[in-house]
Amino acid sequence: MANMEQILLEVKGLQKFFPIRRGILQRVVGQVRAVDDVTFHINQGETLSLVGESGCGKTTTSRCILRAIDPTAGEIYFRTDACEMLNIAALPESRVQPLRRCMQMIFQDPFSSLNPRMTLLDIVGEPLLVHGMTDHQERQDRVAELLQLVGMRPEYMQRFPHAFSGGQRQRIGIARALALNPRLVVADEPVSALDVSVQAQILNLLLKLQDQLGLTYLFVAHDLSVVKHISERVAVMYVGRIVEMATTEEIFGAPRHPYTEALLSSVPKPDPRLRSQRIVLEGEVADPANPPSGCYFHPRCRYATDICSEETPVQEEVETGHYVACHRAHELSLRGIARQ
Amino acid sequence: MKETTPINPESTMASSPTETLPEEFATSRAEEQIAIATQWQLMWWRFRKHKLAMAGSIILILFYIVALTVDFLAYANPYTSEAQRSLMRPQAIHWFDNGKLSPHVYGVTGARDPKTFKRVYVTDLETKISVRLFAKGFEYKWLGFIPCNIHLIGVEDTRAEETLFVLGTDVQGRDLWSRLMYGTQTSLFIGLASVVLSLILGVALGGISGYYGGIIDTIIQRIIEILRSIPTIPLWLGLAAALPGTWSVQQVYLAITLIISLLGWTELARVVRGRFLSLRQEDFVMAARLAGCGQMRIIFRHMVPSFMSHIIAAMTLALPAMIISETSLSFLGLGLRPPAISWGVLLQDAQNIQALAISPWLLIPSIPVIIAVLAFNFVGDGLRDAADPYG
Repeated sequence: MANMEQILLEVKGLQKFFPIRRGILQRVVGQVRAVDDVTFHINQGETLSLVGESGCGKTTTSRCILRAIDPTAGEIYFRTDACEMLNIAALPESRVQPLRRCMQMIFQDPFSSLNPRMTLLDIVGEPLLVHGMTDHQERQDRVAELLQLVGMRPEYMQRFPHAFSGGQRQRIGIARALALNPRLVVADEPVSALDVSVQAQILNLLLKLQDQLGLTYLFVAHDLSVVKHISERVAVMYVGRIVEMATTEEIFGAPRHPYTEALLSSVPKPDPRLRSQRIVLEGEVADPANPPSGCYFHPRCRYATDICSEETPVQEEVETGHYVACHRAHELSLRGIARQ
Repeated sequence: MKETTPINPESTMASSPTETLPEEFATSRAEEQIAIATQWQLMWWRFRKHKLAMAGSIILILFYIVALTVDFLAYANPYTSEAQRSLMRPQAIHWFDNGKLSPHVYGVTGARDPKTFKRVYVTDLETKISVRLFAKGFEYKWLGFIPCNIHLIGVEDTRAEETLFVLGTDVQGRDLWSRLMYGTQTSLFIGLASVVLSLILGVALGGISGYYGGIIDTIIQRIIEILRSIPTIPLWLGLAAALPGTWSVQQVYLAITLIISLLGWTELARVVRGRFLSLRQEDFVMAARLAGCGQMRIIFRHMVPSFMSHIIAAMTLALPAMIISETSLSFLGLGLRPPAISWGVLLQDAQNIQALAISPWLLIPSIPVIIAVLAFNFVGDGLRDAADPYG
């Protein structure tokens, strides 16, 4: 594709801190650094996966990008229809609103993301309605088309969400996200609440839609096998920071960060002989309200040296398109998982 | 690079719309009906299963029908007093006369006992007074503007006030049945009005508290806690004592409604706040925001319908408390005062043991209080269970 290398979204130094308030006067006594200096970009038409343990800031990052919550600092550039890069982070709410039709979200929990009191027609048609498609018939036709697109019967549009299973509800959620023809779709763990068999259906649907509509995905996940299947590039997050970012192949085949290595070793392997090689991380995930000194990962890292506890590693490009934030990235040779 | 083959080839793939319709989609008619049922239909289906609540709602409907047709149901003017008929006991209606259906009562003659000065009444078996349906009686204006004089029951030829005493009379010789009807009207409508007032207060303050949060929320919640920690009876006493004695019946009526609702809104405010807080976190609210919905649309299209049913349930549960409040205030002589008639005012006559020993029928007005409060509680219970059909 010609525009394959065109950057659609660029995030620079994104930060989101949540204040911790205590006492009667609700004084701010500390901050949870949920997202701390995150930088990445997504090219048009590709899928970038954001992986990490729960609580590492993946969801916060994705919500900041959609301006569902306001970032504390940083820049988020989004390519508008007029092909200019616009910093969404700095825009007032009123100017973000028209941009929302270009980026939409698929939610994790298909049970709470659909209003149980509205029919499919109202749920999927709502974005259309608020963006000016007031003609009922026109809206109905579009909803029918969308439902068909995600593999649902258009006759079901009079039904309420309670009539559908988790996988079907997730399809409805996808139809709603696609209603306004967005270019960027942020999928916040869209399959983690579903059965494994249904997960595959939804992932294949997402891939099919990407092909058909030329969508760009920011795919938030904690399941590496899902990530491997769907994404071109992967960014690994740990306690609010991106520790490694590279193509899927490199992340899986030749990781450069010890945390990535540990994550990969936790992927279930069908071959029992390989299971003993699992790296079990010691200790707890660092507390984002009170992170350790230096590299946040050093208390749990088996390769840590003195410098790791003293200096914060900077993100550097060790190979073309392969970014790592680790002091020892050049010396270590880490184990990935071979692709079958 | 990306894999292009599906992970799980056994599962149904979403490659074309027609392939993705598994067997489970083939639904029966009954399932189809559930699939397109609205929230209120689902609630109704669940409410219907609650037998006590269903019985309660029928009773409540009857109560409010009574409240709307009091003038028709009462056969005597509730204000007509007559010392000659003081404290008459309830009179039996005889249904048959010589084997024929002909409801009648016997005449009663009264005299004062020269030793005790108590009025004694003797049933005069000779005078039969036949009771008729839809008889003419005192003049009234139905709903305040339709002039009428038809009553459910009445007597021929003489005035009902002088001959018919279904539930007996009070000290001033006023007919208890008719007064009970009017009392029902007052008490039920004061309850309803107070609940509507507290609903307005509760929804507004609870909504503000839950929607904005932060310091506003803290202030409102502390006010609620303070209000709830004050013992109600002394507070009512204080407020009611502050009402000028010169006020007319209507003014007192309004003031009592206000007093009751000023203290009754706290529970509703808490319900509303709680719902707002939990709904703010819901994904579908965020989805609406991301879809570009304005704040008003989010509140009224997404949030309010989600807690409407909870509010109705909370209101139904709050109503009996309001009715009890009015009754106890009036019973203590601090709420409505005669000549107004309410359940509490009627029960005031039964305040001392002497009155009760001589004329136990003065306690009859407590029966509808108990029935109404129970019925409201059952209905509220059923509504609360049915309020969230998706839970």
